[in-house]
Amino acid sequence: MMHRSLILLSCTVGVLMACGLSDVTPRSTAITSADYAAFGPMDGARLGLGRTPDKTALAAMDTDIDAEGATLPSGRGSDEEGKTLYAQQCAMCHAADGRGMPPAFPRLLGRDPKAEGFVFADDAKLPHTIGNYWPYATTLFDYIKRAMPLTAPGSLTDAQVYALTAYLLAEDDVIPKGTTLDATSLRAVKMPYFDRFLWSDEVGASR
Amino acid sequence: MRAPDTSVTRRDLLVGAAGALGGAVLAGLPVSVDGQEAAAARPTVPADPTKLQGGVTTQVGTRSPFETPTRAPYGETVGNSFTPLQDLTGVITPSDLHFERHHAGIPAIDPDRHTLTIHGLVDRPLTFTLDDLKRFPQVVRTYFIECSGNGRAAYRDPKPDMTPQEVSGMISTSEWTGVPLATLFREVGASPKAKWFLAEGGDACLMTRSVPIAKAYDDAMIVWAQNGEPLRPAQGYPMRLLLPGWEGNINVKWLRRLELGMAPWMTRWETSKYTDPRPDHKADMFTFAQQPKSIITAPGYPREVKGHGWHAVNGLAWSGKGKITRVEVSIDGGKSWSDAEILGEVRPKAAVRFQQMWEWKGQETILLSRATDETGEVQPTRTALIAKRGIGTDYHFNQIVGWKVERTGKVFFHGET
Repeated sequence: MMHRSLILLSCTVGVLMACGLSDVTPRSTAITSADYAAFGPMDGARLGLGRTPDKTALAAMDTDIDAEGATLPSGRGSDEEGKTLYAQQCAMCHAADGRGMPPAFPRLLGRDPKAEGFVFADDAKLPHTIGNYWPYATTLFDYIKRAMPLTAPGSLTDAQVYALTAYLLAEDDVIPKGTTLDATSLRAVKMPYFDRFLWSDEVGASR
Repeated sequence: MRAPDTSVTRRDLLVGAAGALGGAVLAGLPVSVDGQEAAAARPTVPADPTKLQGGVTTQVGTRSPFETPTRAPYGETVGNSFTPLQDLTGVITPSDLHFERHHAGIPAIDPDRHTLTIHGLVDRPLTFTLDDLKRFPQVVRTYFIECSGNGRAAYRDPKPDMTPQEVSGMISTSEWTGVPLATLFREVGASPKAKWFLAEGGDACLMTRSVPIAKAYDDAMIVWAQNGEPLRPAQGYPMRLLLPGWEGNINVKWLRRLELGMAPWMTRWETSKYTDPRPDHKADMFTFAQQPKSIITAPGYPREVKGHGWHAVNGLAWSGKGKITRVEVSIDGGKSWSDAEILGEVRPKAAVRFQQMWEWKGQETILLSRATDETGEVQPTRTALIAKRGIGTDYHFNQIVGWKVERTGKVFFHGET
């Protein structure tokens, strides 16, 4: 019932083409009072619930790094610094050489010649590593910062995250050894297999 | 001592007393019978329960001690537990048996301190408490959630001794209560420029997934209740994102933040994981919808078919793309198919229970099921799926599966379809 009402609402007001996923561009979020008939008696376009988020609290949560790296923070770190940090903070789960302990602690590193060519559909045993699979370098920064290390998630400084990112990328031959990464240089990193990944704003269009 | 088949024995009286004192026996505690352990710790009950008073009322109900369905495996912080499909009927999964997949364990959250913040490309960023959310018009819907890795072991390496739980136990169906995400997006004034939003969970990995905005205006919900009570912690207490029909991982649990933006964020979970390698040496991203799928759950290994004659073969079918329109069953290994009966209401993106009466005359055979959804998509054989996607593909396994019935009545998994 409500589902039908929502579709009706969406189509009526042109919130967007909610009747299918083929066209995903929302045009307007404006609601007219007539549309509220679908939801029952309500006065006005909003219920007026919720409060304005505290700026500091929101900034503390809002650490995500977008694919372009526009939101990368200041700071810098080298792969040499990252090597030391990796040994201290990461190797206990992911192993000194990055082989990990799958499945709980995934393999991070390795450029197995058999996997080059992106033949993962042919062989289930080929490990997906940073160098042979990951399409975006910014993802490394985002994930290490939000979730690592396992025993103290979110405890690393931005400089430490840059250093670990540099170490992992250098170990998998994505960037040269001796590289220092900051926001600008990390944005410029193109992953080896970036071009293999297919997607579209139109859901499911790639398959 | 009197013969055991008489109405009341001394043991019966003791059992009755224990029951009256709080159901200790019915709770399944091992009971010694005539100096021996009861066979396989089978619960002890009175020979004739009509001859003495039963147990008392309790604060929280428990299953009969004769019924012990359990998830498996368990005990992992980063891991999963599968629903025991072979022990269940109907379509609703009891909440304590809903499958689990956690990437950083189950967080312990005080609902009074938990909030949901919606910000980014909106007119007015807002933070909602759980009480705030409950003041919006609510909807109650039945949907399945399925891990997109469900069926991987049976696809990659089918083995005769796989149970329904092991083959396909990462699918569960619940009645969910919550608020349409469209309602909240209207409240914050979502910008028409927003094309995607980021959903972030409050667990130790701050799970993040990017979602096309259209899903918010289709059928997405923020839910706080499951089967008539607050969400279980393992299912996202106190609130989760529910994207009906889409792979489990994107239904972010313990939801704390939604950010509206222009493009997907390319989080770890939608790049290094939850992408589908293709035989042409590319990979598909954002393959959200779970495809039509089915499994016979009775019979199924290791339970034997007992007795020649009629049996109600039954199982579950579902599709993340809409309603199931047809379930076919083959009782001859796929040579012929006939339409199974669908029991109960057919709802979009919810499992249905199907049934086919089958007369077993003692012959060896293979039982299979095949689902079709309202988009016309038909569940493929394993051979066809491998040809299309490759043996190394990582997610969305919806191949036909079944059971080999031997002349002895023994049943084994048949995955090589």
